[in-house]
Amino acid sequence: MSTTNNIAQARKLVEQLRIEAGIERIKVKTTVFCHVCVSKAAADLMSYCEQHARSDPLLVGVPTSENPFKDKKPCIIL
Amino acid sequence: MCDQTFVAATFGPCDNCTTASPLMNIYIKNEAINYCSFCVEVMACQGLQKGESLANLKRECESLKKKLEEERGKLNDVELHQVAEKVEVVGALSIKTRRVLKGHGNKVLCMDWCKDKRRLVSSSQDGKVIVWDGFTLNKEHGMTMPTTWVMACAYAPSGCAVACGGLDNKCSVIPLSLDSNENLAAKKKTVAMHTNYISGCTFTNSDMQLLSSSGDGTCALWDVESGQLLQSFHGHTADVLSLDLAPSETGNTFVSGGCDKKANVWDMRSGQNIQSFECHESDINCVKYYPSGDAFASASDDATCRFFDLRADREVAVFQKDSIIFGASTVDFSLSGRLLFAGYNDYTMNVWDVLKGNRVSILFGHENRISRVRVSPDGTALCSASWDNTLRIWA
Repeated sequence: MSTTNNIAQARKLVEQLRIEAGIERIKVKTTVFCHVCVSKAAADLMSYCEQHARSDPLLVGVPTSENPFKDKKPCIIL
Repeated sequence: MCDQTFVAATFGPCDNCTTASPLMNIYIKNEAINYCSFCVEVMACQGLQKGESLANLKRECESLKKKLEEERGKLNDVELHQVAEKVEVVGALSIKTRRVLKGHGNKVLCMDWCKDKRRLVSSSQDGKVIVWDGFTLNKEHGMTMPTTWVMACAYAPSGCAVACGGLDNKCSVIPLSLDSNENLAAKKKTVAMHTNYISGCTFTNSDMQLLSSSGDGTCALWDVESGQLLQSFHGHTADVLSLDLAPSETGNTFVSGGCDKKANVWDMRSGQNIQSFECHESDINCVKYYPSGDAFASASDDATCRFFDLRADREVAVFQKDSIIFGASTVDFSLSGRLLFAGYNDYTMNVWDVLKGNRVSILFGHENRISRVRVSPDGTALCSASWDNTLRIWA
């Protein structure tokens, strides 16, 4: 029955939205259920990138000898 | 969707009021109920509480949505690329095709790396699942599944098994043995059973549990040993096309994206939908967590990739260009999270700078659309699977 389905779906949606609206929004990081302003979140993303950038082989490139996928040039014995 | 009600018209005495009239044969929870249309209406209204009506619920929906938007808006004090202005620009990348893996007879739909950073498993439309050694191009195992379109495959964390599933609506786990003469397909064990195709699967932190996403609109967590359903996740209103597990060892959340344009974050223990993001304008084909676990990216048929921060609870970047008109089918981050590799239906891969929001590079090579892109566990290489029957390893 389309009416029953609509009502059930609408009720589920309202429940879900009630849960989301009830989640506390504060400007300090504590747990995953609290929200943070974009400037703080962005700063954290940036600092993660910077911390790990040096060890990111695709970003900085590694010498041919260390990357197993890059083919090494054959040695010529003179 | 799993539960559907089918309506067919017949004539006879109603089960409820016994008057003879045109009946609506409805199936509620698999039981056949033959009520006349008046009794069906009465039954539907019994579900309503006093004072509630469809219009009321719709109004409450709208006002809650507005309230959520307002709250989200309060935290939006600056854009990600503004904060990232002082960051150094990404240098020129020297990423080229280093290996081409040929062997599949038809479109390669999915691939996954093994934790040993050299092996990978791939699955294709012709029903074959192949385990490759990425260094030597050796095919270590080949299995034929009883179904075509094996859309999902995953390597177990121990490296001793692979999981795969597709149009057969099941996800099976196959233990890999070193004996090359053994028929591996015979040892496969069916773990997940959905009522529609399997679009994605992944092992959780151990070989013992498997998460699957399906065209029936649900995701589910299974115990591999017993095949038992541990938790199911309902909330999507259309096919779920992709899922990704949060990277932390203690984390028990995952994100899923689907044809309803929504990306949902779920708590694995309670089955609860914690957060939902609806910013895309078309189906979300792929979702992937940022390496720190605080954000995720999504690729969609609307030709954009978007970046969502979980703590700020909003979309913080959109990766798009006017010249990109084909849908994005897959995304993955580099090890540090600075680069986002996205595969598109125009046969190319675009490399985006996550912080600044601009495109850094385009990778050409495939001759058909790219179905899956995955960075190796140590970040040294990138593997792409494509409908041109090959996989390419880039480094």
